[in-house]
Amino acid sequence: MTMSTARGARRAVLHWIGVHALAVAAALFFVLPFVFLLLTSLMGDQQALTRDLWPRTWEWGNYATVWHTPGFLTWWRNTLLYAGLGTLLTVVSSVPVAYALAKVRFRGRRLVLLLVIAVMTLPPQVVVIPMYLFWAKQLDLSGTLWPLIVPMAFGDAFSVFLLRQFLLTIPDEYLDAARVDGCGELRTPLRVVLPMAKPGIASIALFQFFAAWNDYFGPQVYASDNPAAWTLSYGLESFKGAHHTDWNLTMAATVLVMAPVILLFFFAQKAFVEGVTLTGVKG
Amino acid sequence: MAPPALLAKRRRAALRTAAFLSPWLIGSAVFFAYPLLSTAYFSFTRYDGFRPPAFNGTANWSYVFTDYPLFWPALRNTLWLVVVMVSCRVVFGLGAGLLVTKVKTGAGIFRTLFYLPYLAPPVAATLAFVFLLNPGTGPVNTLLDGVGLPAPGWFTDPGWSKPALTALAVWGVGDLMVIFMAALLDVPKEQYEAAELDGAGAWARFRHITLPNISPIILFAVVTGVIQAMQYYTQPLVAGKTAAGVIGGSGQQFEPGYPDKSTLTLPQLVYNLGFQRFDYGAACVLALVLFALSMAFTALLMRRRGGLTGADA
Repeated sequence: MTMSTARGARRAVLHWIGVHALAVAAALFFVLPFVFLLLTSLMGDQQALTRDLWPRTWEWGNYATVWHTPGFLTWWRNTLLYAGLGTLLTVVSSVPVAYALAKVRFRGRRLVLLLVIAVMTLPPQVVVIPMYLFWAKQLDLSGTLWPLIVPMAFGDAFSVFLLRQFLLTIPDEYLDAARVDGCGELRTPLRVVLPMAKPGIASIALFQFFAAWNDYFGPQVYASDNPAAWTLSYGLESFKGAHHTDWNLTMAATVLVMAPVILLFFFAQKAFVEGVTLTGVKG
Repeated sequence: MAPPALLAKRRRAALRTAAFLSPWLIGSAVFFAYPLLSTAYFSFTRYDGFRPPAFNGTANWSYVFTDYPLFWPALRNTLWLVVVMVSCRVVFGLGAGLLVTKVKTGAGIFRTLFYLPYLAPPVAATLAFVFLLNPGTGPVNTLLDGVGLPAPGWFTDPGWSKPALTALAVWGVGDLMVIFMAALLDVPKEQYEAAELDGAGAWARFRHITLPNISPIILFAVVTGVIQAMQYYTQPLVAGKTAAGVIGGSGQQFEPGYPDKSTLTLPQLVYNLGFQRFDYGAACVLALVLFALSMAFTALLMRRRGGLTGADA
């Protein structure tokens, strides 16, 4: 008996060591790119072109240089406008649609839901040509971010779908109880469902914010001719073009574009992970 | 015959539902149905955006399939990415998910570290990887040299550029890790305990309990991965342009797919034909090919047991 418990304990220790060694190896794979990125962003111009991994001198000024590059602040402003206003419009327009799809019984509900899923999985390139011609030729709005922001006032398929998945997890009994207590068909969603849906709404807001932050194709189609309308994701790539050999500055700019996303994640970790889980699991 | 009061109530309810749905219904008509029909129409016309579209039958279609030198390489690349990139992401995502459910010490830290790369904006992550995998001076090849392994040309070698993109995609596998983690934690514990009593080893438990329990999630990951691969745009474009040293920005013309068409994907061709060569007709043919392919995979996604729509819908 003692023999086998001793063997069991040893096996448990070996198992612990094995699992954690593997986890550390995986962590290195995920983290080392960030480490090299940061180290290179702090090297001098010349050293960044060598095989050195560790900065000889710590050039914190690289970040100031990037920050003061003409256009960089404009890209920030544009990105915040696109992501901020776009997120607000998406939330306001998507919440009622998701509520109807999750909690209201009506004819054609399945059809609307299928349409949402079809649009959600559609590559943006499928409809971009008529859309571009419409915005550019008919409304003369190319070179601005409006063709990207305005459509968000009409519900976003992914946000509708994600929020519907979330709302399905709220038991109908709460809604019935509210109705019994005399809540009308408008007060029930506003006073009962909306407060309970806060985590779901936080998830779609975050996803929409990052989708706009990360969007490259949209600004490329509508704003590539006008650098004053570029966003960080689009500008960053041309920044590399302008600073062709300056890997240190390019990496500093890259860090500056990544940092807000990662900072926001630490403040909103729960909403984020919940959103990712909802897309896959609670089908 | 329902009493008038009930009819009025029903009418009010229908109006309310219509009001809830109206943003989406208007939006999908204006930003989806109308442009999709226009795309179909333009695909049968010669159209440069300046002169009005002129009907030219199936000329664009035959041009794209027989004379356009970039179509078949782009389709081949997409198939390559669908097979290799998607399976690598699923295997590594499941591996990372399993690992974080087994880790006892520092589980929260490992989970966060594995997840962070998923958050890196695609352009930033791609620039970082082009730098990291720079064949001459990049840190990865420096390390490979250091331990005596061969150092590939990565984004500058047509044979290695897609594996390099795959490495970038696997680095950002945090989303799948979270989905798999949630699914793994949902597998009933009793099944493992029963199997252990029957003397099943770790592999047998994984094979006969874990896999069957999470198979819907694996299918979900595969199908959404395929849909993402169809849409793969920013990473291959930025990687190709950056590795080729193309200066980005204002209306810059460039030959996409560096090196040697190896990073071309179908969505890039829509941009290339439409916005660089002003051949909107042929670009619309490609848009429709893309539409047909992604709808086919979406149909697969929705046929899964219970479907994405849930059993009640």
